[in-house]
Amino acid sequence: MVQMEWYLVLSTIMMFVGILGFLVRRNLLAMLISIELILNSVDINFAVFNRYLFPDQLEGVFFTIFAIGVSAAETAVAIAIIINIYRNMKNIQVKNLNKMQEE
Amino acid sequence: MTIQTIIFIILAAVICVCSVLAIFTRRILRSATYLLFVLFATAGIYFLLNYSFLGAVQLLIYAGGITILYVFSILLTSSEGDKAEPLKSGKMIAGLVTTLVGTGLCVFVILKHKFSTAVFESGELDIQTIGNALMGTGKYQYILPFEVISVLLLACIVGGIMIARKR
Repeated sequence: MVQMEWYLVLSTIMMFVGILGFLVRRNLLAMLISIELILNSVDINFAVFNRYLFPDQLEGVFFTIFAIGVSAAETAVAIAIIINIYRNMKNIQVKNLNKMQEE
Repeated sequence: MTIQTIIFIILAAVICVCSVLAIFTRRILRSATYLLFVLFATAGIYFLLNYSFLGAVQLLIYAGGITILYVFSILLTSSEGDKAEPLKSGKMIAGLVTTLVGTGLCVFVILKHKFSTAVFESGELDIQTIGNALMGTGKYQYILPFEVISVLLLACIVGGIMIARKR
């Protein structure tokens, strides 16, 4: 059987890889992919805590399900915004985004 | 070494390698593909924890829906041969130091802390329990978050159409 700490270490690594990607990538879609990594690691943590510490209850499962739903909604709206930005300035690099305040 | 341990090690290796590759690859479409592999491995983790419903939800919504959205939006927004420009090494080093320190700190805290009763109790969570808890109004039942998330999804549909349509 797998120790609980291994899962937690795995999700910690995944979360900090996501944070690193959010810090170093300069493309809006790449930053959104990093956010997906962070959300996924948090979902793993919910499921693991529910299974190992409170196996009779269901809170972790439901928080995971609702987090998956919320992140799907967030992704849809963010991609709509990104497509709108691309229509206006033909580019989705972060360094060009300060042009939005002039128009 | 049991079969669970071997499967966990394989899934953990896939998650670590593919998430690092998803961050550091230059082409954005490859990045989305590596994200898909990470999502598959996460679903495998849920199956390993005996949460089959959660793994199925992960496969359907994340791997089936969100990745398709990403691929479509990447194809809509990136021009031919579009590559990420190389980063300034100063920012890269600052980010690496920050994340390495954060990882070390969190792993230290996790390994130091003694969890009270961390035992794996296998046993499938049957779908009737999930359905009753999701639709009930009593204590430890989840009808209110269910309704709230349905309103949130409706707002997201309206917002997505309003933002992305052509004027």
